[in-house]
Amino acid sequence: MIQTIAFYLFAVIVVASAVMVISARNPVHSVLWLILAFFNAAGLMVLVGAEFIAMLLVIVYVGAVAVLFLFVVMMLDIDFAELRSGFVKNFPFGMLIALVLAVELIFGIGAWQIGGIQLGLAQGAGHMADAHSNIASLGAVLYGQYLFLFEAAGLILLVAMVGAIVLTHRERRAVRGQQNISKQVARRPDEATVMKSPESGKGIEL
Amino acid sequence: MSYASSLYFTGTEIGLSLAGLVLLLVVAWTGAKSARVITILAVSALVGAIAFTASLPTGSPADGFNSAFGGLLRMDSFAVFAKILIYLATIACLIITPRFFEERDGYRGEYPVLMLFGAIGMGMMVSATNLMTLYIGLELSSLSSYVFASFLRSDWRSNEAGLKYFILGALASGIILYGMSLVYGFAGTTDYSGIRAAFSTHFPIGALFGVVFVLAGLAFKIAAVPFHMWTPDVYEGAPTPVTAFFASAPKVAAIGMLVRMALVPFGGEVEAWRQIVIFASIASIVVGALGAIGQQNLKRLLAYSSINNVGFLLVGLAAATPAGASAILIYLVIYVAMTLGSFSALLMLRDKEGQPLETFADISGLSTTRPGLAWCLLFVMFSLAGIPPLFGFWAKFVVFQAAVQAGLVPLAAIGIAASVIGAFYYLRFIKVMFFDESKREPEQTSPMGHWVVLVVSVIVISPLGYFATPWLGSVASQAAAALFAVA
Repeated sequence: MIQTIAFYLFAVIVVASAVMVISARNPVHSVLWLILAFFNAAGLMVLVGAEFIAMLLVIVYVGAVAVLFLFVVMMLDIDFAELRSGFVKNFPFGMLIALVLAVELIFGIGAWQIGGIQLGLAQGAGHMADAHSNIASLGAVLYGQYLFLFEAAGLILLVAMVGAIVLTHRERRAVRGQQNISKQVARRPDEATVMKSPESGKGIEL
Repeated sequence: MSYASSLYFTGTEIGLSLAGLVLLLVVAWTGAKSARVITILAVSALVGAIAFTASLPTGSPADGFNSAFGGLLRMDSFAVFAKILIYLATIACLIITPRFFEERDGYRGEYPVLMLFGAIGMGMMVSATNLMTLYIGLELSSLSSYVFASFLRSDWRSNEAGLKYFILGALASGIILYGMSLVYGFAGTTDYSGIRAAFSTHFPIGALFGVVFVLAGLAFKIAAVPFHMWTPDVYEGAPTPVTAFFASAPKVAAIGMLVRMALVPFGGEVEAWRQIVIFASIASIVVGALGAIGQQNLKRLLAYSSINNVGFLLVGLAAATPAGASAILIYLVIYVAMTLGSFSALLMLRDKEGQPLETFADISGLSTTRPGLAWCLLFVMFSLAGIPPLFGFWAKFVVFQAAVQAGLVPLAAIGIAASVIGAFYYLRFIKVMFFDESKREPEQTSPMGHWVVLVVSVIVISPLGYFATPWLGSVASQAAAALFAVA
């Protein structure tokens, strides 16, 4: 009972916030609605027992991807009103895609209903024999059996990061001259001034 | 398999990663001024890696005790052989690199560090016995290569080379990955011996598609025709020390990976891939030989030369025998020596202002202006052309011998005919250097490091190399036997 209530709560908020993502006028609000959608989707994942995916959603999508979106939205000067102006023109095309997706869903669910597709069950072939949580099982695989590959994949990310920095980072000298106080203090009168005794009528040559 | 033995057999990778990470921190704090010191440290790390790799027990080929991490990779004698060659080539490239960049954008300490990471990736490629290890090693080495290609940021040709290499390399990786996913789907495992066992009873047509996709992607990586178009552009545009690297170490790694892949997991379906390899081989030899004829730029010419050499290497693979695999390894040793020799000579060819001499017109009459360099180049070019007293002849000889023994007489005949055509442009080098009038005054002195690399490679390919043939032959055939023992 409590599960059903929680499911409908999370599901309704996911759908509602997803609608808000595309209908919000302010793009920053869109990203914030997206974060709300991610949190509730994580709640749905917890309900079906996939706590690892729930954590990934929160850590990776909310923690990294959504923050990245926020940066992009805030730092790039994109005219979102103009982006949206093609809405009416592209509406039939969008509806067509939506229709295709809907038909696919109907076919898929229909095939499952009449027994054409066997869905995997929690007790199916891929089911872990021991009673560990799926985080523990994933950890055993990633940090045990495939430790070497996991670390090597980490090296790939490091190389990509170092490469990006090497190719783009430039050390810029400050454009304005900086004040060097000791140089100013050490300046002597004879470096700064010149004594001239010009002949009359000849002008002065500096 | 215990964890300790796994760590022991991946000792080179672990050691090189630690060295790379420590050096990266040093670079981060000290900046560009320590670049030369970092290079020396990276070279010594690689020397250590060679010493450790050479000391690993390889044992008899049949027992699998040298598998690490449950069969993810295998440090058998094939892997040891290829790794030592890769590390040696990387060291040579690091030696000839610093001056080139110091005179342009400035040399940076990240270069040797990325080189170390690339060396780890290449080592993983040749020792991989699992599709996942192979792919991760491939990406690790490719990603550092993309950075090297555009390392000269102020030069638009270098940037273009980097972009081209990146896009085509990513495409090739995608093709390989798609092929691997098909193979995995039909075999149900990514393990090499598992794939072989799965296909020994039934080889579905879908798996054949997978094999073809994987081979096509690997052909991109080794620059075999018909996937060679990027090579001349990238080789010409990339900074010369980087081109030297592309033509040597990654090529050894890609060929080693291709040989292991073709002979171990797909070793039961030789007939499925042999015609592809034969086609790529003939096409590479012919395109490499004909394409080079009209070239004026020396780097472009060497790019076609490397395509041509890949064709000869594939002749050995088409044989699909232990003799063929050992011929490939012998060929690789000699090819690396010839490549490094020619590129270090190319780096030494500069005029008085330090501008590189990159075309045939620039090197005319070199025998009077730089006799020592001209004679070394003469040896390298004669060897590349496969003219008998030099060691390059031996390389071609063993490859064709393996092909003939495997009954591929037409392939060997076409290869020999095309290598005669190829001899034309190598001999043109000698004609231009020795019999033409000198037009530009080259710089008279070259740094010690360049000379060391050039002279060592000239000694390797000189007739003195024949003294090493019994030893090289036995080591190579032992390494090749390791591939066939798995089956």
